[in-house]
Amino acid sequence: MSNGYVNRDRRWHPPSITPDYKTSVARGPRHAPLSFPTTLVEETGPVFGHDMLGKLDNDLILNFAKGDGMAIGPRIIVHGQVRDEFGRGVPGALIEVWQANAGGRYRHKKESYLAPLDPNFGGCGRCISDAQGFYEFRTIMPGPYPWPNTMNDWRPAHIHFSIFGAGFAQRLITQMYFEGDPLIWRCPIVDTIPTREGIESLVAALDMARTVPMDARAYKFDITLRGRRQTMFENRMEGL
Amino acid sequence: MVQPLSYLKESPSQTAGPYVHIGCTPNFAEIKGVYPQDLGHEMITGDVQGQRIRITGRVIDGTGTPLRDALVEIWQPDAAGLFNSPAETRGTADPNFTGWGRCASDMTTGKFAFDTVKPGAVPFVDGRMQAPHVTLWIAARGINLGLHTRMYFPDEADANAADPILSRIEHQTRVKTLIGEDKGDGHYHFDIRLQGHNETVFFDI
Repeated sequence: MSNGYVNRDRRWHPPSITPDYKTSVARGPRHAPLSFPTTLVEETGPVFGHDMLGKLDNDLILNFAKGDGMAIGPRIIVHGQVRDEFGRGVPGALIEVWQANAGGRYRHKKESYLAPLDPNFGGCGRCISDAQGFYEFRTIMPGPYPWPNTMNDWRPAHIHFSIFGAGFAQRLITQMYFEGDPLIWRCPIVDTIPTREGIESLVAALDMARTVPMDARAYKFDITLRGRRQTMFENRMEGL
Repeated sequence: MVQPLSYLKESPSQTAGPYVHIGCTPNFAEIKGVYPQDLGHEMITGDVQGQRIRITGRVIDGTGTPLRDALVEIWQPDAAGLFNSPAETRGTADPNFTGWGRCASDMTTGKFAFDTVKPGAVPFVDGRMQAPHVTLWIAARGINLGLHTRMYFPDEADANAADPILSRIEHQTRVKTLIGEDKGDGHYHFDIRLQGHNETVFFDI
């Protein structure tokens, strides 16, 4: 028997077509996806070494700053654990993040929001989870951001996350939101997630225990990847 | 009553949005100096074994318009069918081949391109061989959950006919949506149609 990854629960994830998020209407497949058991193709995946990381890769306050500059905005630490559905920490997970600056402006040529760029803020960062799956980075709190969907839609403050686990079947892109933001419950993109419980699992809690006094508040954001049914034994080839 | 199972739920997916490049290909987004180069821009890192090939393609929406803000990743074994991954149990993959590539679609034409090698075959769960193929994963604005698909090769007709996944597709008229187009000289073109006529087969894996 194959070990395999636990199936994705497609009633927990957003469906492909969610009309209130208008762009999905022409970009969502209409046919049902084809299901089959995971094979080595999906159970393997690229793994990235810590040696790839630069010193400031997980510090968005400094990694684009010029001279003695720093990004402007509320200083925060975002940290948490990457674990699987069985609660096991996922070590070596590559986490890439991107976000707007404190005013809600992205550094991207296709972006034309009138809020100004911050010359000391790029908006990208990355880190690799440790042996127990823990990660952290430092950044500024992103601002809400207006977008052309209906005439008055505003994204809640959010940070985009792209995560690689051990197998390509675990590949995931999602977004982190901030505790207490009233825009969360008005956002058509958040609302693509079918359940309130699912939405709440993407809302990071203010974490005073990890807040650095007189320096930076902390938010805790745990990420759950698909679970693998068994650990793989190197000498056990059956089913592969 | 029974004990609760107490398993965790996977973090729900959200769209990558239009500015996915900032985080995944910042140099392409003209955010210079943070990372020396964009991750996944190079799959061949030395004297690689096997036949070098080039894969190009576009991601096309339900109106026939190519996406110009998609992020495409591919994952594949080396020429011998081995993955460059710690989860590979059958041997050691070619050290000069990463197996993983990432490309943002061109902001004008929507084209993506990968310089890679033709993959070897990999067994299915029951031991039958799968035909050579590359796995593609697509994220973009308007895509709520990253889409998995595969490109198979038009010059592998016998292997394709015996492939356990392709033969599992109920509507066999859709198999052709997973076969790349041979442009000659090792160049394969693969258009991915998200919706509508000739919609590409996507996988729930």
